Amino acid sequence: MTTTEPTPAVQKSSEVLLSVDGLVKHFPIRKGVLQRQVGAVQAVDGLTFDVTQGETLSLVGESGCGKTTTGRLLTRLLEPTAGTIVFEGRDISHLREGQMRPLRRDVQMIFQDPYGSLNPRHTVGKIVGAPFRLQNVKTEHGVKRAVQELLELVGLSPEHYNRYPHEFSGGQRQRIGIARTLALRPKLIVADEPVSALDVSIQAQVVNLLEDLQEEFDLTYVMIAHDLSVVRHVSDRVAVMYLGKIVELADRVDLYENPMHPYTTALLSAVPVPDTKRKGKQERIRLQGDVPSPINPPPACRFHTRCWKAQDICKTVEPPLIQLAPGHQTACHFPENATPEQEATATAAAKA
Amino acid sequence: MTEETQDSVPEPQRIERGEAFLDVRDLKVAFPTDDGVVKSVDGISFQLERGKTLGIVGESGSGKSVTSLSIMGLHPPGVAQISGQIFLDGQDLVASTREEVRLLRGKRMAMIFQDPLSAMHPYYTVGAQIIEAYRVHNQVSKQVARKHAIEMLDRVGIPQPDRRVDAYPHQFSGGMRQRAMIAMALSCDPDLLIADEPTTALDVTVQAQILDLIRDLQREFNSAVIIITHDLGVVAELADDIQVMYAGRAVEYSTAEDIFDRPQHPYTWGLLGSMPRIDRERTERLIPIKGTPPSLINVPKGCAFNPRCNYAHLNGGASETDRPELLDTGNGHMVACHLSPQNRRQAWENDIKPKL
Amino acid sequence: MLAYLVRRVIGAVILLFIVTAVTFSIFFLVPKLGGATADDLASRYVGKSVGKEQIHQTAERLGFTDPLYVQYGRFVKGLVVGSDYNYGPTTEHCPAPCFGYSFLTQTPVWPDLVARIPVTASLAGGAAFIWLITGVGTGIVSALKRGSVLDRSLMSVALAGVSLPIFFTGLLSLSIFSYGLGWTQQGGTNPLDETNPIWWAYDLILPWVTLAFLYAAAYARLTRAGMLETMNEDFVRTARAKGLTERDVVLRHGLRAALTPILTIFGLDLGLLLGGAILTETTFSLPGLGQYAVIALQANDLPKVLGVTLIAAFFIVVANLVVDLLYAVVDPRVRIS
Ligand SMILES: Nc1ncnc2c1ncn2[C@@H]1O[C@H](COP(=O)(O)OP(=O)(O)O)[C@@H](O)[C@H]1O
Ligand SMILES: Nc1ncnc2c1ncn2[C@@H]1O[C@H](COP(=O)(O)OP(=O)(O)O)[C@@H](O)[C@H]1O
Ligand code: SF4
Ligand code: SF4
Ligand SMILES: [Mg+2]
Ligand SMILES: [Mg+2]
Repeated sequence: MTTTEPTPAVQKSSEVLLSVDGLVKHFPIRKGVLQRQVGAVQAVDGLTFDVTQGETLSLVGESGCGKTTTGRLLTRLLEPTAGTIVFEGRDISHLREGQMRPLRRDVQMIFQDPYGSLNPRHTVGKIVGAPFRLQNVKTEHGVKRAVQELLELVGLSPEHYNRYPHEFSGGQRQRIGIARTLALRPKLIVADEPVSALDVSIQAQVVNLLEDLQEEFDLTYVMIAHDLSVVRHVSDRVAVMYLGKIVELADRVDLYENPMHPYTTALLSAVPVPDTKRKGKQERIRLQGDVPSPINPPPACRFHTRCWKAQDICKTVEPPLIQLAPGHQTACHFPENATPEQEATATAAAKA
Repeated sequence: MTEETQDSVPEPQRIERGEAFLDVRDLKVAFPTDDGVVKSVDGISFQLERGKTLGIVGESGSGKSVTSLSIMGLHPPGVAQISGQIFLDGQDLVASTREEVRLLRGKRMAMIFQDPLSAMHPYYTVGAQIIEAYRVHNQVSKQVARKHAIEMLDRVGIPQPDRRVDAYPHQFSGGMRQRAMIAMALSCDPDLLIADEPTTALDVTVQAQILDLIRDLQREFNSAVIIITHDLGVVAELADDIQVMYAGRAVEYSTAEDIFDRPQHPYTWGLLGSMPRIDRERTERLIPIKGTPPSLINVPKGCAFNPRCNYAHLNGGASETDRPELLDTGNGHMVACHLSPQNRRQAWENDIKPKL
Repeated sequence: MLAYLVRRVIGAVILLFIVTAVTFSIFFLVPKLGGATADDLASRYVGKSVGKEQIHQTAERLGFTDPLYVQYGRFVKGLVVGSDYNYGPTTEHCPAPCFGYSFLTQTPVWPDLVARIPVTASLAGGAAFIWLITGVGTGIVSALKRGSVLDRSLMSVALAGVSLPIFFTGLLSLSIFSYGLGWTQQGGTNPLDETNPIWWAYDLILPWVTLAFLYAAAYARLTRAGMLETMNEDFVRTARAKGLTERDVVLRHGLRAALTPILTIFGLDLGLLLGGAILTETTFSLPGLGQYAVIALQANDLPKVLGVTLIAAFFIVVANLVVDLLYAVVDPRVRIS
């Protein structure tokens, strides 16, 4: 974390592909004899961010903070409660299923559990070829040929065409899932914990594959992960989520070298490092307790129940997500690693 | 339980009690299945003293859990073929009767598991489950046991233990459940604690809390701890010694410092190279290990790692034909690999070290 | 929890209401569809010998000429508060719950039903006790000794048990133990309250065993499957890791979890049987609800059939309700959410 690294010099392209504004998803909770709505799981509560063409934006945070829900909103597998999602200049927030059809080609999702997302009774050929059939896509040399090319692309053998998912290892299954995702040449891929279930050695293979594919097809990724080491490796920018909100959004280098939100600092310091010299002596920030329930999130700054810097204002005034450095947004009254000017900016923003 | 040992010389009589507090010798565990015999653990040996922590790392399917279940005597009878010796404070568990081992379970050796939700009975309160664990080995009244359970919950950092004792597992968060599991495992003050992937299902922040807790409790109770994980970061936090497993065998065994600073086995190199590291400069590319772990029914001949190893060609065919034994390369750093010391040093200095 | 309870009870009441409505319409609509008029129905009461005029009067007096919903309303009212039947010269009060009068005997149906419930309840309760113990016990043993000769023989017997019809096993046991060996008597029961309970059990032992055999077989298979599943659960491994004896591991941890689905099915089976174990009662000539239903059906005595059907439906709905509530008692995860 102490090493310096040049910021990625060339911003691959600055064209905004996906733009999210005030995105909210509340899952109603019903109770009682009449099943009245008594509350809501505030799974996602006001996200605003852009994804530029060709970049990898990662969403990190503890489980239950709303990462998967966000991913499902972006791919419109869920209907947002409020807010807008604009893809390539078009508002897709409330498109109906029929209108979504062309969009489904451009926006694809990869799931965590490579087995659960593959139909065990279908051959690999059928699974990977399904998008062609569903979308009625004409292929030059027939679907089979197209599927075999995809299999090769993701590092599987074309002979695997007639095999079933259970005959493959976890890493291979994830490759099958990726091949299916790539079938229709999507522009945006939302990958929900694509390597979390895999062994380290296999995880590296899949991470490399995803990077190669991004290069080759100019893909844009929204990567959902909880492993901060993997996130640092794959991302251009990182959004840290806590209880349905983005608390910090920054360039990868900035975020890891100069984290400004206390939660980010705590997360980074909790990552176990394969280096015995750090054992014991490292000054650790240890968060107490667990993430509170998203049904009744703490008021104002949602992190204040676990934050060691919390003051009275944190319990009454919600810190807005503001830009404290170029491309570095943070939502905290008392940011870490901040210059006096930045602290002043944060204080001023809270008063506004 | 005992199987004829084809390739090991009969052990001399003098070591029949074992040397260390926990002394595992040439442990083999095989499961006959319809597809063939699964050699889950194929001859591993290690020693562990009270107050020390051994880390066992390796990819999934390398035999880590099977090893720990063998020590606990938790393989169902008739399912597993177990051979070798496991001395716990001088008593050979493999040669003991099931009842003898049962009396040790929970009392002298205890275990915590990966998924604390499924590892606790959904129909009993957390307290009832801890009380049960305590009362199996201690003739005390329910009230006394309950008081003890509350103390244990308090000790592992569960707030309001006198109220939480009556809660059900599903009312706890993941981290709290794992704390409760630890309370249950430690309720009889065991000398040996085995933690099988205790934090894999948890978030980093909670993982850090649990690892701290295990470390503190070990100091307090002076127990021997085996921590099993696939995460090298986790073992680095806790372990004094580390055993790296591949395909049912130990491929490298040494102190944690050696394993992280001077690893000698190509598989260990592979593991270290595949993981992105937050404490180092970001590399452009990860260096994965090619291929996938082998099936334990058809383990490759010679060195089981040879189909995935970048150095197999340096050994004049030995990697494909002879199984390397785990040998001391100096200072107790044990490695099972045919590479010559020069080749090994060269590979480490030139290929591996600069890229980690 | 309370809301859950209230919701379930309300649900059960609504369900019962729907069941009565549907049953009532079927029983009174079907003869109509078959071409029977209100007068035909009335003639069942007064007989064909009397004049047409008189039959029609009876039909009007009994309300058979009213629209169906009016008749249904009267029927429900009868169930709840009782009703008065106008027989011309006399008016007879039929106290609640009034299921109407038999076509044949002109007596109220309800007392008949009440008289027969104890027989059916004795039969069902006793058999349930036997099959629970033997079925679940067999299932546990089979699961623990999976693949052994014992397991395979027990499961073969169980398979036979599920596939053999009750009149076959019933008649077989009757011919052996009753006619052949003369160990037991055939038919008739001693009520539990007046006689020595030994005699009550003695008279019922053969039907009990026969009926229980059928169910025990099914329960053995169910328990075995459930136990095989739960004994592989992580929490069973934890129980062993604590050092519990195998007996405690199996009974307190394995069986406890496997028992929940069995409990559900047990409640439903018992509910179903309380409404009349038709085959068993017929085979053993037991004067229970099932036998009553058969006789009523043969005689085309609609009020009786309706009564029996509603009682059966009542038991099933109540059993369902009890099972749901028990579920919440057994599984704390249901209770709290
Ligand atoms: N369909 C749903 N109904 C109700 N609550 C849900 C649903 N899906 C997710 N949640 C809740 O929303 C919160 C966020 O979940 P999720 O997006 O899956 O988090 P993450 O992926 O970050 O772990 C959690 O508290 C979860 O329980
Ligand atoms: N009861 C069993 N029957 C057959 N094979 C088994 C059994 N238990 C474990 N194995 C096999 O043994 C190997 C090692 O498993 P395990 O020790 O669980 O690996 P891990 O290192 O991931 O903990 C795996 O290939 C697994 O399939
Ligand atoms: S706003 Fe206050 S409570 Fe929230 S993170 Fe910043 S310092 Fe902590
Ligand atoms: S013995 Fe050969 S194949 Fe095995 S690790 Fe060493 S070099 Fe590689
Ligand atoms: Mg998720
Ligand atoms: Mg394991």
